[in-house]
Amino acid sequence: MAAMLQSFGVATASVGFSDHSTKLSGFSVHSLPVIRSEGRSISGPINGTRKTGKVITKAVAAQAESPASAASKPGHELLLFEALREGLEEEMDRDPRVCVMGEDVGHYGGSYKVTRGLAQKYGDLRVLDTPIAENSFTGMAVGAAMTGLRPIVEGMNMGFLLLAFNQISDNCGMLHYTSGGQFTIPTVIRGPGGVGRQLGAEHSQRLESYFQSIPGIQMVACSTPYNAKGLMKAAIRSENPVVLFEHVLLYNLKERIPDEEYVLNLEEAEMVRPGEHVTILTYSRMRYHVMQAAKTLVNKGYDPEVIDIRSLKPFDLHTIGNSVKKTHRVVIVEECMRTGGIGASLTAAINENFHDYLDAPIICLSSQDVPTPYAGTLEEWTVVQPPQIVAAVEQLCQ
Amino acid sequence: MAQLTRRTTALQKTLSAAILSTRHLSTSPITVETSVPFTAHNIDPPSRSVETTPQELLTFYRDMALMRRMEIAADSLYKSKLIRGFCHLYDGQEAVAVGMEAAITKKDCIITAYRDHCIFLGRGGTLLEAFAELMGRKDGCSKGKGGSMHFYKKEGGFYGGHGIVGAQIPLGCGLAFAQKYSKDENVTFAMYGDGAANQGQLFEALNMAALWDLPAILVCENNHYGMGTAEWRAAKSPAYYKRGDYVPGLKVDGMDAFAVKQACKFAKEHALKNGPIILEMDTYRYHGHSMSDPGSTYRTRDEISGVRQERDPIERIRKLILSHDLATEKELKDTEKEVRKEVDEAIAKAKESPLPDPSELFTNVYVKGYGVELNKSLLELDLTNLSRFSVEQSLVLFSNIKLTLLVIDCISQSFGADRKELRAVLP
Repeated sequence: MAAMLQSFGVATASVGFSDHSTKLSGFSVHSLPVIRSEGRSISGPINGTRKTGKVITKAVAAQAESPASAASKPGHELLLFEALREGLEEEMDRDPRVCVMGEDVGHYGGSYKVTRGLAQKYGDLRVLDTPIAENSFTGMAVGAAMTGLRPIVEGMNMGFLLLAFNQISDNCGMLHYTSGGQFTIPTVIRGPGGVGRQLGAEHSQRLESYFQSIPGIQMVACSTPYNAKGLMKAAIRSENPVVLFEHVLLYNLKERIPDEEYVLNLEEAEMVRPGEHVTILTYSRMRYHVMQAAKTLVNKGYDPEVIDIRSLKPFDLHTIGNSVKKTHRVVIVEECMRTGGIGASLTAAINENFHDYLDAPIICLSSQDVPTPYAGTLEEWTVVQPPQIVAAVEQLCQ
Repeated sequence: MAQLTRRTTALQKTLSAAILSTRHLSTSPITVETSVPFTAHNIDPPSRSVETTPQELLTFYRDMALMRRMEIAADSLYKSKLIRGFCHLYDGQEAVAVGMEAAITKKDCIITAYRDHCIFLGRGGTLLEAFAELMGRKDGCSKGKGGSMHFYKKEGGFYGGHGIVGAQIPLGCGLAFAQKYSKDENVTFAMYGDGAANQGQLFEALNMAALWDLPAILVCENNHYGMGTAEWRAAKSPAYYKRGDYVPGLKVDGMDAFAVKQACKFAKEHALKNGPIILEMDTYRYHGHSMSDPGSTYRTRDEISGVRQERDPIERIRKLILSHDLATEKELKDTEKEVRKEVDEAIAKAKESPLPDPSELFTNVYVKGYGVELNKSLLELDLTNLSRFSVEQSLVLFSNIKLTLLVIDCISQSFGADRKELRAVLP
């Protein structure tokens, strides 16, 4: 119980926001806790063909509270991009050294509205509109960080940051080491990635697999407004360079988050749904596909434990290990490519550390090793769909 | 006198003071003419006359002799395999380092590429730190973990030391951005070579620096060869000072320390008011690109010796000193001997410095904080059995067996919700 509490990053249950206390109360094995963001995914069709708009629909309307009850609930509701902005704004208020640079972050407000209004509030130098020169403005951010500023670099799409790979790998990641500890590089590099709605191959890239070997950086992936804000704040406060992976399709998720200030732990995984039969490890958008599959699995009598690993580098082997020791079966569901992806590294790490606890080989479901096609149906088949997850769990639990 | 004191503490010299006391030199300024007038692009060049003092002349001489001696000593250390990997020597280009230092303060930032030993010295680095780092010892400026291409000195405003050609230029513009952000009236000198002048990131960074009026001064140390490729074979327009187009530029004789000093002073004033400026230092390196390059396959020995005879920076200062009667030949020779002794002592001390502890492999990868900690106690390795093996053999053993096990052990122990000091912050 205490471990569960701790893994939510909530100090005591008495802080008690309705959603999170519901999460906590869902410890009895067979009930599914009502977590508002996951609730969205119920409304999507099960068979994976999405002809009608997003999986995460605004079905929040069905569960909307009346104004009176909304006022009585603690916390405030907002969308994920607003949560990111709130975290960013709080940190910029708190520390004058925090600044943002990226394409269209200033006057335009950010291509996904994460920095909307910030340039008007903090000025053009602090929320800097850069020309289209990823390599150089990432390098500039690293140089500024060497002197003590805390820049946040926004890649308009994570895929564009491939142009800045040298700066991220050599300077961002390695300068602390090659200077013998003289310089710290407290940058945050963030941006949306992942497979969206038919954006084409070059705009649907998952860079977590390319960056994961870089020594010296930390990588986190946010998936809900609650953890988006917490991870953004933690990343800004961290002395290490952090790459924060957001997902293009998750920006409009709505959730009620606490009014009080909170910062999450960068290296911690999140227990989404405790269970007994199988551990499903996932992150970012695939969390919602997994929760959708979890509904089906529960109906079929399985009890999956779902963990959102959040920290992609380093892995939270403590939480993952405890889960493996409990369930003895692991399925990894990720949006990364099969070859050299996060799932591949995680499989190796679990095998090395917890081999004795595994009853069966780890199943790793990843995206196909293809450039993401434009056609809608092909794009769907590129990423992991809930039926595949259900099938994998059934196969594993035989 | 303040300048003299600074020079003294930086380079631990004693002889100049001795010369002054015996000679009772006047502190009256001397005016020196630069070797050639400045060529300017989009700006009015500064004058050819440079004000200097006897102290400064002697300081320049000693500093440059020290740098020259250090590089030559590094050459022989490399040949005796005490320095490994890549070693890029700066001899011939000392005037750029020394002239630049004379024009700026330690609060101004310098960032350069891999030919960084002498600039490190100029910024306040000691000979011991330099040699220890070159030999990979613990007392090196980067604790032995950086090497020749990664010298840094945070207190001296020296930001390195970078291996990838051209990558330091955006970093330099970032330093200038931070200076503008904090409004502290300092400038950044981002140095690069004629080879790096063809990198796209230079023009990207230049565009941004000009757009936001950052106090960045881009210094192209044009030694006319990008490794083995002559400048006319690599660049359509080798007039690197003009390449900035809308950014003004100045071409400077990089073998003349006073021309460099004048240009840097001028550039600092310009950058603080008007934004970036490009300085092209016309200089020359006597050694090859690095120690693995003899330097004679793409240029003739006559060319090298010609430059050495006609344009050597130390010779120029020596002639100036002698012509102004500031010291005798013998005194200058004594300075050189003293410098040589200083370098030899530093090398001997550096040789005694120990190699880094194996646990240093994992330190400074991350910073403590909201970051990863590795449990230090698990990293204490048992070294007693290894004393009978040679260093290489022991390291092979380490890398194959013990370190792997310890790393796994560390990683599985060091994460998780039970690390109370990394708890999330909630009221």
